[in-house]
Amino acid sequence: MKESRRGAEFTVVVLFLIAIVCAIGFIFVYAFFSPERMPNELLGISLGLCLIFIACALAVVGKRLVPNDELEDDYPEEHPQKQAEVVEQLHSAGSLITRKRLLLGAGSAAGCALGAAALTPVLSLGPFWDTAPLDRTPWKRGVRLVDESGDPLAADNILKETFYTAFPEGADPEEIGSPIVVLHLNATDLRMPRDRSGWTPRGIVAYSKICTHAGCAVALFRKPTFPTVERREALVCPCHYSTFDPFTGGSVLYGPAGRPLPQLPLEIDSDGHLRAAGNFSARVGPSWWNVREQPT
Amino acid sequence: MSFRLRTTVPLTALVLTALVASPHGPLDSPALAQPSSGIVRPDTEPQKPTLELGSELFAANCSSCHGIAGDGITKPRPGSGDVQGLGPPLHGVGAQAADFYLRTGLMPLDNPHHEPSNDRVLFSDKEIRSLTQYVASLGKGPGIPNPHPQRGNISEGTQLFTSDCAGCHQEDARGGYVTGARVPPLQGYTNREIAEAVRIGPYLMPRFSTSQISNAQLNSIIRYVQSQNHPYNRGGWGIGNIGPIPEGLVTWMIAAPLLLLTCLVLARRVRR
Repeated sequence: MKESRRGAEFTVVVLFLIAIVCAIGFIFVYAFFSPERMPNELLGISLGLCLIFIACALAVVGKRLVPNDELEDDYPEEHPQKQAEVVEQLHSAGSLITRKRLLLGAGSAAGCALGAAALTPVLSLGPFWDTAPLDRTPWKRGVRLVDESGDPLAADNILKETFYTAFPEGADPEEIGSPIVVLHLNATDLRMPRDRSGWTPRGIVAYSKICTHAGCAVALFRKPTFPTVERREALVCPCHYSTFDPFTGGSVLYGPAGRPLPQLPLEIDSDGHLRAAGNFSARVGPSWWNVREQPT
Repeated sequence: MSFRLRTTVPLTALVLTALVASPHGPLDSPALAQPSSGIVRPDTEPQKPTLELGSELFAANCSSCHGIAGDGITKPRPGSGDVQGLGPPLHGVGAQAADFYLRTGLMPLDNPHHEPSNDRVLFSDKEIRSLTQYVASLGKGPGIPNPHPQRGNISEGTQLFTSDCAGCHQEDARGGYVTGARVPPLQGYTNREIAEAVRIGPYLMPRFSTSQISNAQLNSIIRYVQSQNHPYNRGGWGIGNIGPIPEGLVTWMIAAPLLLLTCLVLARRVRR
């Protein structure tokens, strides 16, 4: 009996050790790979195995090391001596665990390793007081709009009833401030904020393609086939259906987005190509604290 | 105004009653061959599709919204009931649009304020050809496209579909939602219908010109869409291929009993 208990204790310690190895594996994977090449399956497997081995260790403790014997006896109310006997019985039963400190140590080490693994990704949040990188966009006055293959967009080729995705010439298209959506609307229907006069040559408007709610690509464009009975043009984010009004400076018509889509002022150069006439009207991307302050 | 007609069903009934009361017997009138559809047909249809049949069908079934000779009705006018004839003009839409809307069953539409849905095709092939001929004759417009998806490249199609179409139609072309409208799944559409839809932009959908999506790229897109009729489910069970929510539900249906079973096994000795 005692031998099997020793064996059970050994098993528990081994299981805790494997759990620790798994948790360290998680931290190692997270630290070793760059965010672009992060093997998510390895992260999931290591953290999952860590939890499973801790659960197995606790299950072995519960099954083999915690006394499960039931003793039924009338409770001796008036006899201190008998009470002492019961206490004695309890103590002797509790001593099934022979190496309490070892088990406690292994268990708390496994717990700490798991906690460390779970907290590691927090380090990626970075120094939280520095939001300057979020303000910088590749757009400034004179930057040409190019399509996915790098060809400049000519104002004459921007048709109505459809939408175009454009990027700043010579900049990284993967950057959060890069992609914009370009629309051609009826110039007479535009109701832009007063300080944005001249931002929309010939009724061509441009907005950041990153939703201000959760940062998805605003990839849906809704246009009426028969404007008499259908709603007019709108930009929709496919993630949570935030709907933006391109006629009024990207204001929110519907959905969880808390602020308008940032608008990019446009101008047409002498070659007929579209160029940015400045930076966005507001900070690009999902919202965070102080986001309503103007971009630098 | 208490007798305002709320749906087109009573309207259809009225039309049918008028037809039954006409000198023609019920069996003589082809309009009664399909009494529930509400399509009005000329008494004798020619053997082959003709422009004349097209104009007759248009006058009887389409002109209430699209106007006489396809001029369109763009201002609400006092009509009978809540349903007011309103419809875009059809000059210059060409055979492409007529063929698409009729073959997919999106037209005729029972209420101009409703989203067109492809429930069923109400015209015969001959009638559709006649109507298409007639609408094409209203003004110079694009003809019916003739795509060749076998010349397309499925990898290019995947890429283009992801960037231009998947926002609404989902990556696996199973359809979805956009605020204010349903987005149809693309299974069951013919190559020609897909090509037409991309160029027309029906209802809320944007239209894509050849400068955005060339005909060769369109071939690739169609090939990808058709390949999604029978997607290769690497994981085994597709569960309708409609995304992570049913997949997650199935996972939980398997995982939750397993976890419960584990709890029961662990707690057994304590309970005894």
